[in-house]
Parts: sequence; structure tokens; C-alpha cells
Amino acid sequence: MKDTGTGELRVEAGEFLTCNVEPLLHEVRHGLARLLETGETTTIDLRGIPMSPGEEDRIMDELGQGEVKAQLSALGPSDIIETRFPGVWLVIHHNSENEVIGKFIEVCEIPQILRAQREDIHHGLAELAERLA
Amino acid sequence: MTEVEFLIWVRGPGFQIATVIFVVGILLRLFEILMMGRKVNLAEPKGSEMAGGMRTIMTRSLHLAATGSSAYSQTAGYIFHIGLFVTILLFAPHILVFQEVFGVKWPSLPTTAIDAITVITIITMFAVLAHRLQNPVIRFLSTFDDYFAWFVTLLPLVTGYLAFHRIGLPAPSLLAIHILSVELLMVVFPFTKLTHAFTLFLARWYNGAISGYRGVES
Amino acid sequence: MSNENEKTLGEVLRLQGITRRGFLKFCAATTSLMALPPAMVSRVAEALENARRPSVIWLSFQECTGCTESLTRSHSPTIEGLIFNAISLDYHHTLQAASGTAAEEARKQAMQDNYGKYILVVDGSIPQANPQYSTIAGVSNLDMLEETAKGAAAIVAVGSCASFGGIPHAHPNPTGAVAVSDIIKDKPIINVSGCPPIPVVISGVLAQYLTFGSIPELDELHRPLAFYGKAIHDRCYRRPFYDKGLFAESFDDEGAKKGWCLYKLGCKGPTTYNACATTKWNEGTSFPIESGHPCLGCSQPDFWDGGGFYKALSIPTENITRNIIYASAAGIAAGVAVGVMNKAKKARANKSHQKTTIDDLKK
Repeated sequence: MKDTGTGELRVEAGEFLTCNVEPLLHEVRHGLARLLETGETTTIDLRGIPMSPGEEDRIMDELGQGEVKAQLSALGPSDIIETRFPGVWLVIHHNSENEVIGKFIEVCEIPQILRAQREDIHHGLAELAERLA
Repeated sequence: MTEVEFLIWVRGPGFQIATVIFVVGILLRLFEILMMGRKVNLAEPKGSEMAGGMRTIMTRSLHLAATGSSAYSQTAGYIFHIGLFVTILLFAPHILVFQEVFGVKWPSLPTTAIDAITVITIITMFAVLAHRLQNPVIRFLSTFDDYFAWFVTLLPLVTGYLAFHRIGLPAPSLLAIHILSVELLMVVFPFTKLTHAFTLFLARWYNGAISGYRGVES
Repeated sequence: MSNENEKTLGEVLRLQGITRRGFLKFCAATTSLMALPPAMVSRVAEALENARRPSVIWLSFQECTGCTESLTRSHSPTIEGLIFNAISLDYHHTLQAASGTAAEEARKQAMQDNYGKYILVVDGSIPQANPQYSTIAGVSNLDMLEETAKGAAAIVAVGSCASFGGIPHAHPNPTGAVAVSDIIKDKPIINVSGCPPIPVVISGVLAQYLTFGSIPELDELHRPLAFYGKAIHDRCYRRPFYDKGLFAESFDDEGAKKGWCLYKLGCKGPTTYNACATTKWNEGTSFPIESGHPCLGCSQPDFWDGGGFYKALSIPTENITRNIIYASAAGIAAGVAVGVMNKAKKARANKSHQKTTIDDLKK
């Protein structure tokens, strides 16, 4: 544990970790291979994995940041970030209090939630039609 | 009785009862033996009692020239005895019990090592039983006490393994059953052949001492 | 009231201005909350789209309100909040605006309108020694529970008090406190134990019922296996220290500072089943062990009487030293006494010239 002096406490990973980093990266690798071969997408729920303090930060460091960063505003902000590995996305959902309510790694061409949804397109079309009427 | 009440009982009154019976039983038998005394030998000593006794403890403990059935018994015996000592005395939660009761503590082994040794010990215990059943002489000489002593020694090993891995029942029940099996072992200990744990060196020494006094090898 | 409940959840959310994207986000978070694999999100979305709003009646008995506090720690639209919007919380006397006879009337109306279909949520234990120890509007907890349970589809006992009796049930239990399951025997009961339970576990169970209209798979203590299926010890990030034999010996020693295993300080992780080690508290911030305190075992029955929070699980609970001293004295005395008797017997046998028989040798 380290006090950064700004009143924020940053936890440093100790020597002994629960060793989630390597297995997780392997899973991502297999997911990417599957994506290329069969088009099958993979989603990993990061909240289902017990991690020691600082380990999650290490995983984030390993994944890094790529070319795309999108922010969704629906029921609070959500960050959709392509990591430095194309096809590997980080999807972090927050509520309107900026508390994390979901954290996923998605291995896909584009996360489903970034796509415009048919129901919403219908709704938009109806609105536009009304405006032009 | 609920699961928790069971666990509290074995950790509380159960342990008290088992310890008292164990201590009273062992000391009773030991002092009963010591009170028998030794017959006074009026002949002149031709050798040393003490040297004979000590040497016999060593020679009776390890027979490097043993073959066949004896070699099997000796090897398996050493393996499971060492296994018992390691799993009982070098596992951290057990060391805590000794620390609580006697105030002394010592370093522990990693649980992965203890786990592996437990499995080896259990397998060896079965090997020992198989030998007893297959060898016609040993089988003929075996009594209820032999099988019962084997059983009460095996039970804590098996229940301990199940409790550690949380297999079959909820964890509190498994732990309570394990502690109960140890208490069973403690309660029957002084009244079975398991007392050898306290008497074997005494017995070997005495055998050696008799011969040593007479100046002969035992 | 009743026609609002005719709408599906999908319709209710759209009416609140939530887009399909927002709905998908809600489903992803709910799936994660229910500890289901992410592949199930589309199934959850489908189920939630068509689910109807169940009526929920929440009764609080002998409790500290910690469970309600745990659940309502978030403010405006969060997943927990949305779930509460998605359900029709018809009665909760800590949270509701109405009070007195109006509140009681609302409860009776909700029970009547949704008979056989509403969910009854209970926190707090029920006193049996004298039902008058805890009453609401003059009605004893026991009577209110029995009356309200009659038309319930299922009962969710939130917190260790409602699940197992909790702190009122601890020795000597002066109020005769009992759990919900000790009184109601003919309805499905889900125990969401913990002191308090993790908020997302409470929401997760409600979400499960909302999504699938069914009760999740339960363990032998009627707790949802999704959250109570593994012992803390099996998911604890300090487990490698336990396995290597590195323990904190006191609360401020080097081991404690390095984050070593807390077994010696009385951690009940090995015998406690809950989701604390994975789901954690305060939106995944931390949990007791991570903060340096041994697990109390608060989701297990009778954890208050479980032999002491700071006594390791393997240690006997009562002091043994004095008994060992007495037992040693008794053992030695008995041994000597028997020895003396044996000697006397032998002397008598010698004197009367008794022959040694095969039986003597067999002894």
C-alpha cells in the first residue's frame, strides 16, 4: 500500500499474487484465435475472478490502450476501449454515481453495445418521420 | 444438534473429555508397568545394562538385513509412521493446537507437501492392512485390537483430507467429524496396542538390559 | 396499481426513457450480478424483456436495519435502484413514505391484489419467548409473518437474522429469536445470509426471480449456490500464503503488514460460504480479509457463538491446561494404586503356592 500524497491510496502488487495475469492473457489469446477461425466471440467477466490488490491494475497495464476509445452515456457512463491487441476490447460500465457495475473483456470485432440497436433505430426513424411530417 | 453446535462441542467439552481420558489412561498404564519393578538379579554383572539396553533400542529399530515379509512390514511401517508424524506435527493448524496447549511452536511445512504426504500415508496404511490379511501367519495372529487400532489411526487421516479439501459435506461438519475422529483415537489409545507409542523404547531397553547385564547380545 | 403490473419490464424501462443500449447495459450488469457467465446475457435480456413486475412486500422484524442499509447504499439509477424500480415495492416500512394505518392498508391491498404471486422479503428474526417483544402496528412479528406468508409465491430471508436467527439468537437468546424457516414450513424460502449480506447478492437473488421467475439453485441451508457455493478459503487471494505457511501472528506484525494469511488470528474463511472473496464489498473495493481482519463467518448459522472471532478454527475452545494437570495427577495415582494391588496379588499367589497357568500368560 502506498500513499501517493494526493490522499489517494494506491495498492502495489506484492510478490505473491493469485497469479491471474498469465492465465487470463492465455484465455484472451485463445479467444483471438477462435475469433479469426470461426468468428466466435468471447466475453470474460473480470468481476468473477478473485484478484489480489494491484493485480487488476497489472492486467490493465498488460492490455494497454489501442486506437479506439468510446464513451457510452446510458444509465451512467460506460467506457469501451480497444486494448493494444486489436479485437480485444475492455468494456467498463458505470452507474450515474460513477461506481463500477460491470467489467468485461470482449474478444470480438466490435462490442455489441456499440452497434446501433434495431429497436432504437425504429424509434429514431419514427421521430424523424414525425419531424419531417 | 445443529452443525455449529456439533463443532463447538468437539472443540470444547469433547476435547476436554478426550484429553483427560488419554492422559489418565497413558499414565495409569505406564505407572502400572513401572510399579512391576524388576526382579533383583543377585548374579554378578558380566556386562553393562545401560549399554545393552541402548544398543538393543537401535538394533530393534532398524533391520537392514530384513527380507521378504519382514522387509515389507518394516518399510511400510516406517513410511506410515513418518507420514503420521509429518501430517500431525508439521501442519500449521495442528501446530496451533500444540501451541495453545503446551505453549511451544515450531515451523510448518507447505500445505501442498502435507497433502501429498497424507495421500501416501493413507495408501501405505492400506498396504499394511493388505499384508496383514494376506500373510497367513500374521492373519492368524491378528485380533480385533489389531484391526481396530488400524481403523482409528486411519480415520483422522481420511477425515482430515476430506476436511481440508471440503469434499462431501459442508465445511463445518467435515471439520467437526475430523476433530471427533481424533478424540476417538485419543480415548481408545491407552486401551489398545497403540500404547506402544509410549512403551516401545522402554520395552526394547529392558530386553537389551537383561542380556547386557549377562554380557550377551540380544 | 394493478394495471401497472400488467406491463412487461421491457415496456416499463422504455417508458422510463431507457434505450435498447441502456437495456443491454442493464442486462450485462444484471448477468454479472447473478454470477452467471457472460454468454447468458442474451438469454437474460430476452427473459427480462418479457418479465412482469412482481409485487414485493418487505417485512422488518428483530433487525438492526443493516440489511436495508446494505442494499440502499447507492442513490439514483444504479442496477440495485433499477431492480427496485422494476419490482413494485409495495411495502417497506423503513423506506416507504406512508406510515401508520395508511401503510398497513397498502400492504393488505397489495397482498389481496397479488395473492399467490407476491414475493415476501423478511429481514430480522422473530421472537418466540414472548411475541409481544417485537410488534408492528400492534401486530406481533409472528402473526404478521404467518399472515403475510400465506399468499406469497416465495420468501426471501435477507440477512443472518432472518435466515438463522442472527445476533438475537446468540446465547442466551433472551427473546427466543428464531429464523423465518423455523416458522414457515410450506413456502419456498431463500436464505440470503450475511451480517449484512453483500448488496449485489440481495439484488442478484431478486434479479434472478425477476428474470427467470424461478428460485435459484439452493444449498443445504437454502442459500443460493451461485453466491454461497464456495468457501471463502477457496477463493481468498491470501490462500497462497496459507499454503506456504506464512501467517500473521498479530494484527500489526510484519506478516500482517505483508498481507499474510489470517488463519492464526481466528479467520473463519475455511468454514464460511459466501461471495466476499470474489464479489467483495462497496462495488468490488475490498472485503474484511483484504482489509486485514479475519473473516467472522457471518453468513453461517450461530457465528456469534462459534468459539470466538479471534480463536483459530483448529484450537480447542476451552482451557485445557488445568485439566491436564489434574488428569496427570489422577493417572499417576491410579497407576501406582493398581501397581500396588498387583504386587499384593502376586505376593498372595506366591504365598499360597499357586501354579502359573496358560491363562496367566495370555494376559
